[in-house]
Amino acid sequence: MDSLCHSSAVKGAKVLMVGAGGIGCELLKTLALSGFQDIHIIDMDTIEVSNLNRQFLFRQSHVGQSKAKVARDAVLRFRPHISITPYHANVKDSDFNVDFFKQFSVVLNGLDNLDARRHVNRLCLAAEVPLVESGTTGFLGQVTVHVKGKTECYECQPKPAPKTYPVCTITSTPSKFVHCIVWAKDLLFSKLFGDKNQENDLNVRSSDASNSSEHGEDVFEWRNNEDIEQYGRRIYDHVFGYNIEIALKNQETWKNRNRPKPIYSRDVLPEHLNHQNGNVDKKCATDDPLSVSAMTSLGLKNPQDIWSLTENSTVFLESLKLFFACREKEIGNLSFDKDDQLAVEFVTAAANIRAASFGIPMHSLFEAKGIAGNIVHAVATTNAVVAGLIVIEAIKVLEKDIDNYRMTYCLEHPSKKMLLMPVEPFEPNKSCCVCSESPLALEINTHRSKLRDFVEKIVKAKLGMNSPLIMHGSTLLYEVGDDLEDDMIANYTANLEKVLSELPSSVTGGTMLTVEDLQQEFTCNIYIKHREEFDEEKEPDGMVLSGWTQASLEKKDDNKVVGNGGNTSTSMPTEGEREVELDEISEGTEISGKKRKQPEVSAGETNSSNEVQRLDVVDDDEDELVMLDHQDTSNKKKKLQ
Amino acid sequence: MDGEELTEQETALYDRQIRVWGADAQRRLSKSHILVYGMKGTVAEFCKNIVLAGVGSLTLVDDRAVTEDALSSNFLIPPNENMYDGKTLAEVCCNSLKEFNSMVRVSVEKGDLSRFGGDFFDKFDIVIVSCCTLTTKKLINEKCRKLSKRVAFYAVDCRDSCGEMFVDLQKYIYTKKKLDENNQPTAIERELQYPSFQESISVPWRKLPRKVSKLYFAMRVIERYEEVEGRNPGQISIDDLPAVLKLKKELCEAQSMNESHIPNALMEKLVMGRREFPPVCAIIGGILGQEVIKAISGKGDPLQNFFFFDAMDGKGIIENISPPNT
Ligand SMILES: [Zn+2]
Repeated sequence: MDSLCHSSAVKGAKVLMVGAGGIGCELLKTLALSGFQDIHIIDMDTIEVSNLNRQFLFRQSHVGQSKAKVARDAVLRFRPHISITPYHANVKDSDFNVDFFKQFSVVLNGLDNLDARRHVNRLCLAAEVPLVESGTTGFLGQVTVHVKGKTECYECQPKPAPKTYPVCTITSTPSKFVHCIVWAKDLLFSKLFGDKNQENDLNVRSSDASNSSEHGEDVFEWRNNEDIEQYGRRIYDHVFGYNIEIALKNQETWKNRNRPKPIYSRDVLPEHLNHQNGNVDKKCATDDPLSVSAMTSLGLKNPQDIWSLTENSTVFLESLKLFFACREKEIGNLSFDKDDQLAVEFVTAAANIRAASFGIPMHSLFEAKGIAGNIVHAVATTNAVVAGLIVIEAIKVLEKDIDNYRMTYCLEHPSKKMLLMPVEPFEPNKSCCVCSESPLALEINTHRSKLRDFVEKIVKAKLGMNSPLIMHGSTLLYEVGDDLEDDMIANYTANLEKVLSELPSSVTGGTMLTVEDLQQEFTCNIYIKHREEFDEEKEPDGMVLSGWTQASLEKKDDNKVVGNGGNTSTSMPTEGEREVELDEISEGTEISGKKRKQPEVSAGETNSSNEVQRLDVVDDDEDELVMLDHQDTSNKKKKLQ
Repeated sequence: MDGEELTEQETALYDRQIRVWGADAQRRLSKSHILVYGMKGTVAEFCKNIVLAGVGSLTLVDDRAVTEDALSSNFLIPPNENMYDGKTLAEVCCNSLKEFNSMVRVSVEKGDLSRFGGDFFDKFDIVIVSCCTLTTKKLINEKCRKLSKRVAFYAVDCRDSCGEMFVDLQKYIYTKKKLDENNQPTAIERELQYPSFQESISVPWRKLPRKVSKLYFAMRVIERYEEVEGRNPGQISIDDLPAVLKLKKELCEAQSMNESHIPNALMEKLVMGRREFPPVCAIIGGILGQEVIKAISGKGDPLQNFFFFDAMDGKGIIENISPPNT
């Protein structure tokens, strides 16, 4: 290891970097300076303004261009004689198969989502190429080394499930601002602007759902010839007034809670909003529909300001009006996007009005956007440090210096005097179904669950497969691929709608299914156990997979849950994955400390100072989430007593 | 709040970091003035970080010419010689840094840093030196301490797989977040007193805790050797090793410390490692950036008062080396 700084392996190495974002820019620079000569880099993203504060290889003039390509050009300016091969593509594309991965000496990840990380982990295992994985959030970071058979793989340890909230908390009893945001974004926004066919709990209240039939389905439809402001006020009065009145009728709910206050538009706004009426067309006249803004048209400047109830109500009506006036074509297809200014304005205003109704403090657009968009907290310094650590590990991997492989945590508060804390890597988890061959068990009602449910809820959501193939013995039940015959496709499509026991090769209790992803070269066997009934509250999927290491951090007292961020693939608010590090660092011993040696971050500290660390880490932008965590913990403790 | 609001442009550009340290800290950053001396890899990394963070101004001092050595771990220097023909190291780096963030004023001050007077240093909030002699380090540190306002002083050096950082915030008061006995967040005021570089390195070695990083002692030996031999920082080679080891032995004897406490292998590495190792530059430059941001914003616990990193064991360690009474 004497040769760390003068390693001869560096020059001959062929390196694959996945991700040219915050960590990627720093990493590419440090690799080039350290003497690496053959670097390939994959990134599907294009450059945005909010990248420029840390992704230093990019300039204002590059906004909209491929990150991988611009990063290459920038680094060649100070190291012109090395080879950098950029791919403006998704790492999950079929071009990047096991053979592609096999050409590299080491793979370095600087990714921002769990899905892609799992995918790369599997390809590295299949291609037997070492992987150095990394992540940062704010001042926290970590770098880990994964070498097949030698150290644990990226998926050997459970990753916390994305944060979700019980449906009734969102629909009826919000107590935190984040609940109001989830309501505004996932329920109200989707109802008004999203896919009309999608299930939506907006009008569902825990007990008396039937009551609402007179207000009926059509409440949210824009009626013929209805004045747009009138429409907006009708929606306003329905969701912030009428629905609250209905909820208040359920005395039981409010026994131990503060009763919400119904809010009607006439109480907070003048009869007619007469600002710049008739100007709507002019506001839409910009080339870019995404630049339409209620704040601009209302003259509200500072996104850090907390608007009054009246201002929020005005923004609510104005943004709704602008959606119909300027972006009508998109209505019915919209989903919330943090970079969609008008959507952020609408969600902020709606969340704040709901917060006011429930006595929850209101928030600025800046804060609301961060919560709604799960925006990563990112600074250049942590990315630079992590990139340095990645290169050091990469060199050790090239030198095959196994005894010195380390996973390193960047901390915000020193532990045992350390800000950078190396820990010996863990051994592979023998029951990890990704890097070992241990089978899984699935309890499922084989007479009621369709193949489609199995594919969506287990194969894609839980196993993270991209292009799966499902076999029962030698019978192919399902397959995804580009080169399938039409009759095969028809066959598979028909199978999707069949319940398991009625498939061409009947799947019943005792059946062993083989599920395979050819691209990931990842296979696992699933032993099927038939079960008649499932607890709708505790087992909302209607099936239970075991032997699979998916963490369930929060116990729910309600069946359905609403996430803040939609599908699992984009759920982690990270430039790395903060949730994981935070939990491992500050409370790892509680969650997964049974066989892992935890980094003794909290050595000598009490539980409460763990909480301090957590609080400081999250800083003041996310107080809501912190308090939530905190409360959850104390609730659990209470239940245990 | 200071009254002055961030512009729309600033809010958009700094969005992700405002979410880390808040708008108030961002405003303070944009009004801060930083001076750096010694434009090698570590300082280049730091400059990049602090320009991206959006400080008010950054002033570079380094009249040296661009050499092969300077090129090796500094991404601010284009390899095309025509581009720095006749320009100083600071001037070449300045041109590159300007591109990173048009909202930060980056400029060059020519001259010998150790001859600049108090009124020069008074213009800055933060002074950072790298690759300078022991005498210069002590001198600049003292100049900062003599000023009526607090000018924070940092010294960084990286050799081979190792890096060292020294911090002097003088008297530093900040608010620290804590949870009280009811688990409610509260802010408490905390005051820290930092010793000068001279005061720190004068603490007798035997009075230091036994586990103090070996790198601390090794760096003091190298620093002293270059000083007595009249060398420029890093102007040392394997030929010097016997003399360096002899000095190490003498110093250990004078300090009543067993000389095996500073491994010869470590001394050899530092003697040979005149070039910086880029990953270590990134790490020390990153930690330095973080500490400077903390000191300017008043947010977070600043480290006291040395930081060491060695890529060989991967530890990034804080050591508090202060006279007993501070
Ligand atoms: Zn595994």
